[in-house]
Amino acid sequence: MLSALYACLFYAATAVLVAGVAWRIVEYARTPAPLKIPTTPAPMTRAGAAARVAREVVLFESLFRSNKWIWLFGWPFHAALALVLVRHLRYFTEPVWGWVAFAQPFGVYAGFALLAGLAGLWARRFVLERMRYISTWSDHLMLALLVGIGLSGLAMKYLAHTDIVALKAFMLGLMVFDWQPLPADPALLVHLTLVLALMAVFPASKLLHAPGVFFSPSRNQADDSRERRHLAAWARD
Amino acid sequence: MAEARVLAPPLKEYPVIPILARDAMAGSKPYAASDKMNEALGFPGKLVEDWQARAISKMGELLGKYRSLRVFLDACVHCGACTDKCHYFLGTGDPKNMPVARQELLRKVYRRYFTLGGKLFPKLVGAEDLTEAVLEDWYKYFNQCSECRRCSVYCPYGIDTAEITMAAKEIMNSIGMGQKYTNEIIGKVHKIGNNLGLPPRALADTLETLEEEIKEQTGVDVRMPLDQKGAEVLLVTPSADFFAEPHVYSLIGYAKVFHAAGISWTLSSHASEAGNFGLFIGSYGQMKSISMRVREAALELGARRLVVGECGHAWRVAYSFWNTLIGPFDFLDPGYPAPQHICEMTHDLIRRGAIRLDREKNDHRVVTFHDSCNVARGAGMGGVPRGQFVIPRDIIRASCNHFHDMAPETIHESTFCCGGGGGLLSDEIIELRVKGALPRMEALKQVVDEHGVNFMATICAICKAQFTKVMPYYQFDMSMVGGVHQLVGDAIRLGEQH
Repeated sequence: MLSALYACLFYAATAVLVAGVAWRIVEYARTPAPLKIPTTPAPMTRAGAAARVAREVVLFESLFRSNKWIWLFGWPFHAALALVLVRHLRYFTEPVWGWVAFAQPFGVYAGFALLAGLAGLWARRFVLERMRYISTWSDHLMLALLVGIGLSGLAMKYLAHTDIVALKAFMLGLMVFDWQPLPADPALLVHLTLVLALMAVFPASKLLHAPGVFFSPSRNQADDSRERRHLAAWARD
Repeated sequence: MAEARVLAPPLKEYPVIPILARDAMAGSKPYAASDKMNEALGFPGKLVEDWQARAISKMGELLGKYRSLRVFLDACVHCGACTDKCHYFLGTGDPKNMPVARQELLRKVYRRYFTLGGKLFPKLVGAEDLTEAVLEDWYKYFNQCSECRRCSVYCPYGIDTAEITMAAKEIMNSIGMGQKYTNEIIGKVHKIGNNLGLPPRALADTLETLEEEIKEQTGVDVRMPLDQKGAEVLLVTPSADFFAEPHVYSLIGYAKVFHAAGISWTLSSHASEAGNFGLFIGSYGQMKSISMRVREAALELGARRLVVGECGHAWRVAYSFWNTLIGPFDFLDPGYPAPQHICEMTHDLIRRGAIRLDREKNDHRVVTFHDSCNVARGAGMGGVPRGQFVIPRDIIRASCNHFHDMAPETIHESTFCCGGGGGLLSDEIIELRVKGALPRMEALKQVVDEHGVNFMATICAICKAQFTKVMPYYQFDMSMVGGVHQLVGDAIRLGEQH
């Protein structure tokens, strides 16, 4: 019964996440950028602009220049998140891929780094006057959601072990529409519920910065306005 | 709108993030444009009856036309990295001048009418209705943004508040809430040809007078041609260069450079304005029609090269947008960039030895350079990244013996706006202008104290006007401000052919 409920929730949340983000990406891609507005100095070739976006996504280059504290909490959080997600692939693949197996021990440290980063980012929103001014309920809730996911995940590792073999069977079954029973452990259910919530709100939240950064004209445009004529469809006349 | 004399805030040794002073600038409001001014640009004369519906509809239209608006409204995570980067926030302490907070004035309305979260749970996601109070705030605070793009350097996603401000101004103009300074000036360009409303006859007289002055000063017949068909170069320069001080010294400098290098050139009475206030109000159509005069003049006069004088936002429009708006430039000489900045031209001439400069002529000056925001963050020079920082400084070093840069975190792409750009150069908001200049003034004070700097060169007409007005509030002499070609003009050897 519980398994059926969570199975349906997973399907629903996945649909919302995938369709929602895909819809947003299509929107960003289809909306024209009629003028050349890279923040200069900017690379003068398209390859250079792609590299600039890559440096932002991988190293958080502008953030580092802008505010070392935010970078100190934000970058490790994102790096840890990536590692944690990689580690979790073990629940969705059989046999487990080589590099995923390799990532297992790092995943645990990543869990702590994740929480430390989030804690720092959340603390800023209380400690700094200007951060209090600009933080909305949804900013705090998003952090609460992520912290909850991190805490419940680490709880399963250190406090209340879950039957991960049964869990993996459930997940593998989900992917072929033949789900197996889900262990009804509280930590697991909290963890999964929060993850489902995250997936569902993703396309309507500020997490859209993830696809958005690739479409930001101030970063992804080359500074070649004199060399190449850039003209949007709606501006042709 | 203080009746009392505006006092400049005290200059500090090190920049400090202000304690929030809520509503400190709630009284700052530029004059509204008259009905006629708005209508001349195709906007409603005054606030329309159904302004709320029309504003929301316009926002929807802009969301479909500008990827920047769409992405920037969605991508902000409220990280706060931008909060201490805006000169208006640093100078006033008003929290709505923090870039993220300024964006939120628009974003909260976007969320309310265009996003699921905003429609269902507005309080949760910080969404708000577009009320009269919100519209008032838009008018006040989007006219406290000079569209300098400093925030976009530091945002992890490159969110550019200037794009948001431009969208807000487009929306406000579309419902009849135009600002007097920008809209009146755009009207003058269409009616008379330039921002200052100088008719061709007055322009010709002014140029004649300048020719006489140069002859008196140097003994050389340096010409300032107007509407000369067949000249190689069409120079388009800000109209302030024709009679404002210190701008006119740069104009004299350009003329001397052309003369010394033996390049035939002309100004145009049809394209007597490099400036393009269409940029400030975010209007693609206005930017295009104002720029079109340049193309028309170039074709009419048979010019082979287009050179732009010392104007900041004009250079952004010319470098980044002219090819899009009024290109292609297939009728110009492909051996030169189209358009070319006068600094690129002079730099090249110096490098080739085509003009000679005597640095000692500027020995009474200890010079620093103020990077103008639109040149620094919205354009380039020289065909290499960072050329816009290197080229003017190279020219200064070739014209002067004493040069010192201001603190690295206040120059180049981190340069602080002068405080008067983006359509904010009017006197009824002088308090904003004085306070907005604070970060630049602090950086200047440091090099004045440490190196005896007594001249701040800049290549923007608005910077020159803003600084000459605002620096006395900070106990600096207004004659400290000048152009790069002013220095060149003082050092150049005339009568020298290439």
